Amino acid sequence: MALQEQALPLGGVTPDRTGKDRTDHLLVAEMIPHGSKVLDVGCGDGELLQLLESRGIDGRGIELSREGVNRCVAKGLAVVQGDADTDLVNYPDDAFDYVILSQTLQATRQPKIVLENLLRIGRRAIVSFPNFGFWKMRLQLLVGGHMPRTENLPATWYDTPNIHFCTIKDFVQLCDEINVKMERAVALDLYGRPVPLNLPWWVWNMFGEQGVFLLSRGGAGK
Amino acid sequence: MTNVQSISSPSIHSEDRAHEAEHPTSTVARFGMDQPLKLDCGVDLAPFQIAYQTYGELNADRSNAILICHALTLDQHVANVHPLTGKAGWWEIMVGPGRPLDTDRYFIICANVIGGCMGSTGPASTNPATGKPWGLDFPIITIPDMVRAQAMLLDRLGIETLLCVIGGSMGGMQVLQWTAAYPERVFSALPVACSTRHSAQNIAFHELGRQAVMADPDWHHGRYFERNTHPHRGLAVARMAGHITYLSDAALHRKFGRRMQDRELPTFSFDADFQVESYLRYQGSSFVERFDANSYLYLTRAMDYFDIAADHDGVLAEAFRGIKTRFCVVSFTSDWLFPTSESRALVHALNASSARVSFAEIETDRGHDAFLLDVPEFFDIARAFLESAGKARGLKSAGG
Repeated sequence: MALQEQALPLGGVTPDRTGKDRTDHLLVAEMIPHGSKVLDVGCGDGELLQLLESRGIDGRGIELSREGVNRCVAKGLAVVQGDADTDLVNYPDDAFDYVILSQTLQATRQPKIVLENLLRIGRRAIVSFPNFGFWKMRLQLLVGGHMPRTENLPATWYDTPNIHFCTIKDFVQLCDEINVKMERAVALDLYGRPVPLNLPWWVWNMFGEQGVFLLSRGGAGK
Repeated sequence: MTNVQSISSPSIHSEDRAHEAEHPTSTVARFGMDQPLKLDCGVDLAPFQIAYQTYGELNADRSNAILICHALTLDQHVANVHPLTGKAGWWEIMVGPGRPLDTDRYFIICANVIGGCMGSTGPASTNPATGKPWGLDFPIITIPDMVRAQAMLLDRLGIETLLCVIGGSMGGMQVLQWTAAYPERVFSALPVACSTRHSAQNIAFHELGRQAVMADPDWHHGRYFERNTHPHRGLAVARMAGHITYLSDAALHRKFGRRMQDRELPTFSFDADFQVESYLRYQGSSFVERFDANSYLYLTRAMDYFDIAADHDGVLAEAFRGIKTRFCVVSFTSDWLFPTSESRALVHALNASSARVSFAEIETDRGHDAFLLDVPEFFDIARAFLESAGKARGLKSAGG
């Protein structure tokens, strides 16, 4: 699959509201039109959901941790306690315009099935994940001989919740395999800045600290 | 002979209780022969009355009304002194100025359920056909009947849509019935520690309680009032059994452990040696002072019959299809009467109906009764949920 990114309207990717929204959240928010119905799977403290609601998007969330859920509900957000691996099956087809899986794919037991469910429940899915092909990761394993740890992924191998790491290249391959169309792809560097456009995809795979993908159902299967 | 200490006799006289059932210390809405309550059992109940309390002021566009649905053994006296016991209202911790159900902001209504004994028509009320209390001649009532009566009360009050319906336990069942029966009248719903159907275990506990009442020789087939008695021993035992189900092993252990009551050593008798025994006996005997035994039979029966899915071909999600109501479902980790799994099943059905739903399970060792206690996490959630519902409905914010 070609990973040549079409022109990204970067104008919107500027901190607004409080001025401290995460760049990847702003990027996700930019991808979703006003008035959409959105499910955020693994919504944590509800930071992204709050951003979306402030932009007139009807947001719902699922979160595994009880503390996270209760903090979200106390913010007035519509969030339920649940597990991406087991609870997505309870949602009907086409229930949402967009389903977001932000920094959670690598922590699921069945990433492929989760991805399939995202695009069953939602007409589009937005998936972001840490890129294990990032140069710092490669370097740590190659030179240090240790499982990589970074600022954003500080856990040691024995206590990390992240059990299914992949690289941007791996993810692209999975999307191909299950007939998922990649509408937009952005790689963010260590500082959350988009990796410059028009660079070959291997640069993304090397210098993207995380990937953000807007996905829709592939045409052939329908 | 081994010393036996049984439950003490009530200090509130049955006349006071009977008077409260007929002429309550509450506002009363009376419905005449022309406005019968159509009961699920097929009977048209008329005339009938609903006793209710309100707190706060209804705003000009009537958009700030919140209905509280009370649990099995509670009543409409949410945030005022109870007329029989003289004790504080059962949810004063939740309802009042600046509280999560802020009476400076919302208009709060709580009505005694139909079948109750605090002024709404029930088995302790006078049967107009005989001039005597209904007793077991009172028709069997259901949770939907309770809600139907509340809807008639709201019609009377001129309130079309409720900002929120909130309640725990049997109150939560009524909340769910409200959303299933009158979704367009419920802007938001906060069902707490409840279920869409009563489990076999819960029916079993209720049957235990009912049999305890009926086994009391003072029950007289429900016509104890004619003999000027009250099956207070049987009702107290029912309450004691019920009360155990409202707590948890951890809560009982923390509160009482194996500690002795006003003594160092066992008395080698059936006295209440243990604090937990003494506590339960107190719960039992104070309950019978304010509650009618027949009412207990009717209300437990109403809960047993409750099963929303059964009214929708067994598919729970069908009950909520296309619903616009905003939900916030709350359960407590140590509640084994209405465990989290039941709330989760409700949430799954609401998700399948694409309803806007929040679901929080709150960690506490205080069991089912946690919804009545000081659990700040629950208050924060209730406050924020109401705040966001009010905002969506165009109420001024708490600060404004």
